[in-house]
Amino acid sequence: MSAQAQSKRQPLSTSSEWTFELIETYEREIGFLAEEYGLDTYANQIEVIRSEQMLDAYASTGMPIGYHHWSYGKHFVEAEQNYQRGHMGLAYEIVINSDPCIAYLMEENTMTMQALVIAHACFGHNSFFKGNYMFRTWTDAGSIVDYLVFARQYIARCEEQHGVEAVEELLDSCHALMNYGVDRYRRPYPVSADEERQRQAEREEYIQRNLNDLWRTLPKAAEVDTATEQVFPAEPEENLLYFIEKNAPLLESWQREIVRIVRKMAQYFYPQRQTQVMNEGWASFWHYTLLSTLYDRGMVTDGFMMEFLASHTSVLTQLPFNHPAYNGINPYALGFAVYSDLRRMCEAPTDEDREWFPDIAGGNWHEVLHCAMRDFKDESFVLQFLSPKVMRDLKLFSVVDDDSDDALLVSAIHNDGGYREVRALLASQYNMGDKEPNIQVVKVDLNGDRSLTLHHNQFERRPMGASTDEVLKHVHRLWKFPVYLDSYWQGQVTESYQMPKAQEPAGSS
Amino acid sequence: MSFLIDRRGNAKHKNMVNRRRFMARYKRHIQRAVEQAVSQRSITDMERGEEVSIPAGDVSEPIFHHGSGGRRTVVHPGNEEFVSGDRVPRPQGGASGGSGQGQASDQGEGEDDFVFQLSSEEFINCLFDDLELPNMTKRHLKGTHSIKYEHAGFSADGVPAKLSVARTMKASKMRRIALNAGRKRTRRDLLAELEQAQQQGDELNCRRLQLAIEEVEKGISKVAFLDDTDLRYKLHVEKPVPTSQAVMFCLMDVSGSMDQATKDMAKRFYLLLYMFLKRHYERTELVFIRHHTQAKEVDEQEFFYSRETGGTVVSSALHLMQEIIEARYSPDEWNIYGAQASDGDNWNADSPKCSQLLREALLPQLQYYAYVEITRNQHQALWEEYSSLQAEFPHTFAQQHIRGVGDIFPVFRDLFAKKAVA
Repeated sequence: MSAQAQSKRQPLSTSSEWTFELIETYEREIGFLAEEYGLDTYANQIEVIRSEQMLDAYASTGMPIGYHHWSYGKHFVEAEQNYQRGHMGLAYEIVINSDPCIAYLMEENTMTMQALVIAHACFGHNSFFKGNYMFRTWTDAGSIVDYLVFARQYIARCEEQHGVEAVEELLDSCHALMNYGVDRYRRPYPVSADEERQRQAEREEYIQRNLNDLWRTLPKAAEVDTATEQVFPAEPEENLLYFIEKNAPLLESWQREIVRIVRKMAQYFYPQRQTQVMNEGWASFWHYTLLSTLYDRGMVTDGFMMEFLASHTSVLTQLPFNHPAYNGINPYALGFAVYSDLRRMCEAPTDEDREWFPDIAGGNWHEVLHCAMRDFKDESFVLQFLSPKVMRDLKLFSVVDDDSDDALLVSAIHNDGGYREVRALLASQYNMGDKEPNIQVVKVDLNGDRSLTLHHNQFERRPMGASTDEVLKHVHRLWKFPVYLDSYWQGQVTESYQMPKAQEPAGSS
Repeated sequence: MSFLIDRRGNAKHKNMVNRRRFMARYKRHIQRAVEQAVSQRSITDMERGEEVSIPAGDVSEPIFHHGSGGRRTVVHPGNEEFVSGDRVPRPQGGASGGSGQGQASDQGEGEDDFVFQLSSEEFINCLFDDLELPNMTKRHLKGTHSIKYEHAGFSADGVPAKLSVARTMKASKMRRIALNAGRKRTRRDLLAELEQAQQQGDELNCRRLQLAIEEVEKGISKVAFLDDTDLRYKLHVEKPVPTSQAVMFCLMDVSGSMDQATKDMAKRFYLLLYMFLKRHYERTELVFIRHHTQAKEVDEQEFFYSRETGGTVVSSALHLMQEIIEARYSPDEWNIYGAQASDGDNWNADSPKCSQLLREALLPQLQYYAYVEITRNQHQALWEEYSSLQAEFPHTFAQQHIRGVGDIFPVFRDLFAKKAVA
């Protein structure tokens, strides 16, 4: 036996069958490597599940426990249907932002896939959850599972006391407004179950007392003075669920608590929606880097590597826009390309890199990548790090679709004149404010009919969609007094909605 | 620090509650789909699941979203021929590269129905939801003649055939341990003393101790290995069980006037009834009686597919039914159901005989008797005769009229709808 062969280590496994011992071995070895690369992670909790359980996890957005609602049943039925007909493969893994970080592995995976998933989820996503500022600010990984248990028990108790139907209706309405249950700019209190239970009674009493003050039914006659009419709220409020929880005139305290639970769930998922490209890109970069290192050190076989690369490429493919199966930009591909390119810029910078990224070119790639993971969300990440090379590789171009123009306009492509524009436009595509209509509470008619007025500030002249009336019904169900929504473009109201609908003018003169 | 947990053994139906709630919410849609399926399906595959489709609008969970219009800029990958400033005609419909890729699902137009599959069990449940078998309680109260032996632990006395060897040996061992515990303790102490004495070389004491040990061991060996008190017998108790078997008599007119289409309708009706009975009883037997002027017990194939011609004497079938009940199905042990399908033709003088036979001999023994008349014509003498029966036996006799395939399920529903107990 030659000296060279001796220095090569035995592969960890040679068969595609996995065993618990092998999973432990891989987890340990990948863990050592991750430490070498400076990944900081929560403890891992790896759970092996079957495909039916994976379907269950799908319906509850991966959460290990959740309250009951028909919509989860619908998602379950849908996923089950698609899976059984072969329209959809199941994800190889689901990972939950909690401490310890829970990752599900599917029983059907081969050893290679399990190793890929461990590298991707247990070290990639896990370190992202722990490091990224969005997650650090908006979620509390340590207590989320406790909070879920609290939410489930609370809602189950409400169902017992007030009937399944009443709770279901309320949840329907809250879910409709879930995307408007987040404080975008203010740092929220972390979700914590113990505290919730302790302070719940206190909160109930406090809210009711303050509400009564707000809705005092016997105004002093002298105060009814239009000139000094008090404007409420003093500042527009973007968090509709928060506003309803605190101010809706007729909700009972258990109903406020449920509004609060949905709001907290929305807050927990908010960072995930904002960091998809980064999160998936980061995890993909690390599964690629970690498993390649394992291979370089002779710890996995050639066959392992072939299977891994086949699966890696199929996930990270970006279809061109004219492909029949094209479905927008693949966040895995974009994120992976940007992170890989950052490493390349550090290790083999070109003149172009030096011009575009003077701080990064030739730097320490560990530090650069960790910085690009920690302090950004998708929007700022793309704006900051999308390099001309990646734009050229992906052949990005921007198309303007203006309804006042009868043709589409290609406004910029991947060339010197277009890099900055394409990059800025792609970044804005990940801006939540542009994705969803910007709606705020501006006024409550305290002295009149108690109506609630919402303003929609149009972005690029985009009007409200077809389901607006349906959602307003839900707002009305929570507020219980008339709800108005005015859609503004450049200071002018272009469309108005109201709920309940205006009645036919009966016998008006 | 990491944990590896095997969750494969956990319950997989975590979402059953959510699924049930979803089904309850869309019960109306599901029920409609099921009823349609029943009338359209071929009669051989009633027990399959069914696909239910609900208009997408009804199951949508609305959120605020942008409508179409305004100005959108979208970045796409894979540019081949475009340069900036190019103008491209707007693609119509779902062509790729067009407007609002990201919002495609929000556009509200051309959405597919929400389609999902009912399992066969759910299908049957929906089918028979709100239906019940009449007079179930009567039989349960009255006819608890069958007895089942159930295991009920062990007893100290019984017949040798029921000896439980394992339990007996256990009792024996327990007794031996209990009785010998003191002696064994003494022996252990004596052995220790003996060892000490041997080390000290105290011959006399050794001898004394050896004798003492022998004495104790004799005592131990005197405890019997097996004693009468050890014997344990399996104990069984008698438990009365409500009769849980049913027999269903299918009576059909096969005279010349019954064509294949009419028979098919009758078959659908029988099939529904059979499935329904099967849900309620552990064992359901079928008896097929076909008749023209003479009645004959036949097998299923012959019942539904052979053709005969001739006149019609319904009472012959009822006579045969009564004979079969006497011979094989004692009303004490069996829940008896009768279903008769006919196009209403009967030899005129026979109809009073039929109703008399039913009134005096059959109905008192039956759980339920249903008569369906499958015809587009006017009712004839048989219907009139049976009408008076219905008034006399409102709980055990019912008749209904079927005109076409679409009537079958509604009629079935009507016959077995839950009736408020007065």
